[in-house]
Amino acid sequence: MVAIPSVTRTPMTRNRTAIWLLGIAIVLTILQYSGVLPAWLHRIPDAMIPPAAIWLDVFFNFVKDDLGLLKFTRFLTAGLENVLDTSGNIFYGKRRWPNLGPIPWTAIAGVAVVVGYYLGGWRLAVLGGGTFIWTALIGQWKIAMETMSVLVVAAPLAFVIGLSLGIAAWKYAWVDKTIKPVLSVLQTLPFFTYLLPAVIFFKVGPTAGAVATTIYAIPPMILMTTLGLQKVSPEVVEAGKMSGCSKFQMLRHVYIPSARTEILVGVNQVIMLCLAMVVLTAFIGMPGLGAKLLAMMGSFKLGRSFEIGVTIVLLAVTLDRMSKAWVVKQPEHFEKGTSWVNRHKTLVLAIAVFIGFTLLSFVLPIAGTIGRGQDFSQGKELDNLIKGFLAIDIVQSITYGIRYFLNVWILNPFRDFMLSIPTPAMIMVVAAFAVWLGGKREGVIAVIFFGLVALSGWWDRSIITLYSVLAAVSIAMLLGIPIGVLAARSDKWSQRVLLACDTAQTFPSFIYLIPAIMLFGITATAVVGSILIFAMVPLIRYTIEGLRTVPPEMTEAADMAGATRMQKLVNVQLPLALPTMAVGFNQAIMFAFFMVIIAAFIGTQDLGQELQRTLAGTDLGKNFVLGICVSLMALTFDLVIMKWAADKKKALGLP
Amino acid sequence: MSTERPVISCKNVWKLFGADPEKYLAKMSSDMSFDDMREDGYIAGVKDVSLDVFKGEMLVIMGLSGSGKSTLVRCFSRLHEITGGTIEVDGQDIMSLPEKDLIDLRRSKMGMVFQSFGLLPHRSVLDNVAFPLEMRGQDKHTRRARALEVIKLVGLEGREEYFPRELSGGQQQRVGIARSLAIEPDIWFLDEPFSALDPLIRREMQDEFLRLQQLLNKTIVFITHDFDEALRLADRIAIMKDGAVEQCDTPDQIVLHPATEYVRKFTEDIDKARVVHAGVLAKADQPGTGDPVDTGMTVHKLARLLVNDKRDFIPVTRDGASIGAMSRSEALDILLGAE
Ligand SMILES: Nc1ncnc2c1ncn2[C@@H]1O[C@H](COP(=O)(O)OP(=O)(O)OP(=O)(O)O)[C@@H](O)[C@H]1O
Ligand SMILES: [Mg+2]
Repeated sequence: MVAIPSVTRTPMTRNRTAIWLLGIAIVLTILQYSGVLPAWLHRIPDAMIPPAAIWLDVFFNFVKDDLGLLKFTRFLTAGLENVLDTSGNIFYGKRRWPNLGPIPWTAIAGVAVVVGYYLGGWRLAVLGGGTFIWTALIGQWKIAMETMSVLVVAAPLAFVIGLSLGIAAWKYAWVDKTIKPVLSVLQTLPFFTYLLPAVIFFKVGPTAGAVATTIYAIPPMILMTTLGLQKVSPEVVEAGKMSGCSKFQMLRHVYIPSARTEILVGVNQVIMLCLAMVVLTAFIGMPGLGAKLLAMMGSFKLGRSFEIGVTIVLLAVTLDRMSKAWVVKQPEHFEKGTSWVNRHKTLVLAIAVFIGFTLLSFVLPIAGTIGRGQDFSQGKELDNLIKGFLAIDIVQSITYGIRYFLNVWILNPFRDFMLSIPTPAMIMVVAAFAVWLGGKREGVIAVIFFGLVALSGWWDRSIITLYSVLAAVSIAMLLGIPIGVLAARSDKWSQRVLLACDTAQTFPSFIYLIPAIMLFGITATAVVGSILIFAMVPLIRYTIEGLRTVPPEMTEAADMAGATRMQKLVNVQLPLALPTMAVGFNQAIMFAFFMVIIAAFIGTQDLGQELQRTLAGTDLGKNFVLGICVSLMALTFDLVIMKWAADKKKALGLP
Repeated sequence: MSTERPVISCKNVWKLFGADPEKYLAKMSSDMSFDDMREDGYIAGVKDVSLDVFKGEMLVIMGLSGSGKSTLVRCFSRLHEITGGTIEVDGQDIMSLPEKDLIDLRRSKMGMVFQSFGLLPHRSVLDNVAFPLEMRGQDKHTRRARALEVIKLVGLEGREEYFPRELSGGQQQRVGIARSLAIEPDIWFLDEPFSALDPLIRREMQDEFLRLQQLLNKTIVFITHDFDEALRLADRIAIMKDGAVEQCDTPDQIVLHPATEYVRKFTEDIDKARVVHAGVLAKADQPGTGDPVDTGMTVHKLARLLVNDKRDFIPVTRDGASIGAMSRSEALDILLGAE
């Protein structure tokens, strides 16, 4: 209770600063509306904007040409290309060495069943087998394998690099110090900033895609490795030392096996991020599920889009469940005298199944590949069905109504208003927000970050991006928080909804475009719609988690005081859950920034659109400037909200 | 035994936990107490300890929880880098040993049983026990045979393939014991090695270590909270408080002549008659008369004789030769618990 004065005092002065900032911002905006604000205060004059993109281009050109980095990466490319060609040959029969593939689909499905059974019993066996059977029968085997062939190269690569860097960061403090800030920036960088450098240094196509995918998936592996190694119990380490382990033996036999759980969690994240990214690399010409989906959505073929969407979702869920099952799978002993075959039952069975189906495919070609016209795709029919459904008067009037209402009454006015605010006023509003929630330091950072955005020359587009994010997240909050609150009321529903959220989070973000496009066509509403669905997931999730983890003695105290359910919720549970909910809110914003760029595919006027355009050309400098704009805005929110959540938690004495 | 060179010899050893212990120790005034240091944010795990452990000796360390027993033993094996003082093992200053020699020393001479076992979670019982042998580069067949041997010895036969997670606390502890038995080190550090065992196995294990110590002349540093266990095993007992060794002496001397008030309190509840031996009470200048008693007999064991006998002084012999005589009344005082 001693802490109370200091807790209440700081917000007072903070609040005053915030109000001052806000006040000035309002005055500036009013001046702008009454037309007396000089133009140079409304927007930074073009002449004053430093040509950052050109500088960056000069810099990148210097690096890649003069420093010979391009030669170096192209040299690397050759190696990677060979590996990708090999995996391509094996998975979908690309005509290259070793000329073995393609593996019969039945063999892969069979192995998936065996592995699924080993990891998680019949449920995973059915899931694994079912996914591959569906993919084959629906006629998407080849594109799915194109995607898989990159995944099986990128994920192990990301794993090895992440593990090594993680070990280095754990071992040497200076590595840790250098890596940490880079990682936190990398994690907020929009994925597009990964794509273009990859294209430039590694040529368009699978190679660039594999590189971008690998790099994208490395950060969580590093973090999980370091975390796992730090958590190894000191006595186990001492036991290793007393056994006379050398440094290497220590790492190999003691640390890494003891950190197994965290490392495998890292593996799970690597796989999921790789899958998400490999789908997105469609933007830089990587063939596979993503590219096909992009093409289908572009030509508004909803039936096929839907089928591909289902395939991607199934693959994601299978990979996620299996790798998670691997995390919790602990070694179990065999009875003495168990034979080698019995000890390695899974391995033997998998090999047997594999060989069996491969042989079968020689006799029965349809077990090897399902040819054109042999699949069960219902693309056309589904398409007609969906379009027919959307064309029904009631449905149409509803979707049109929503679209009209959102656009005319909410989105457009909101956007126009945000655009009308003078640049300095906008920066002050953000700063006020940062000071109020975070503190002085956060306020200064916000000013610097948004100042940089203003100087980038892409202010208007940045503001449109920000508007999409804020609009979508606000609506997501209106929908998501009540859902979370309702679900948190019962154990059963919390579990169900949490499971749904978990599953939804494993889907590659691309998928969220499909329902939005189905409902709203290719329009700005669809953009907000897709962001909305994507951002709702963390909101619901953390609302439930926040409410469920309120210490029972506190709710019991409220019960004893005779509070009604509503009073309890408002006075006890929500305030205590707020810090956790803020984490969800933060994630929602991050997701939204991410999604807004993907959604640009539908046609928006924000940074995403420009970013996508840079990919067509090779404007590396501009790509970076745009990417950094998004990253700076996202970072500002991240810093402020997380600081607030941490402060609040401390003040409430929560763990 | 006290004439030979000690196996472990430590002089003014300090181990401080805190932000910058070296600097703090260098500037610290000599009369700082444990609590003073804690106020400055430093914990004295080991406080100015000087101690020798001799070859073939079993030294038992006792003290309350948090008194620094484990820390001291960790300093002996250089699992902790000490803050001040010197520790010599076989005449070698271990603090100055390069990494490679330290590994050699641990591989060839030292073994340790950990308080909370320190088993490798991903290895089966067999592989855990064989681990030190593996690190020494022994071939698979030999180390397997040896591991099976000691697993049998600790009574875990049939569970070789189990993983630590699948064992009870006591079973896990026995894996830890087996692991250190597998290499039969010259110097053994046992940190509460039997705490989770039932009385029966505990006694068996004690006997096994006593046997090894006597047969192979092993040096053992043993931590325990159990006085009976200490008395059964110890050649000498060191009693620690707040990181410092209050007294280090034979059990007889500790109960008869506690060096500090703390040691007296600590040993208050012990039945001294079970601790004190005839040999300790024998006075060389007293001849005594009649049938002698052996030096190794405790007062407790002599109870009947002491009560029934009428002699004032009873002769004491070691290996048949007289070493003097003990006063019967003094022995009776001990037996009856008189102060
Ligand atoms: N790594 C460490 N960092 C900081 N303080 C430590 C560390 N290890 C031990 N200490 C402190 O040193 C003191 C002695 O600890 P130690 O483990 O040696 O006690 P102990 O006598 O073995 O107790 P127990 O009987 O409970 O095992 C304790 O106060 C403990 O908090
Ligand atoms: Mg201890």
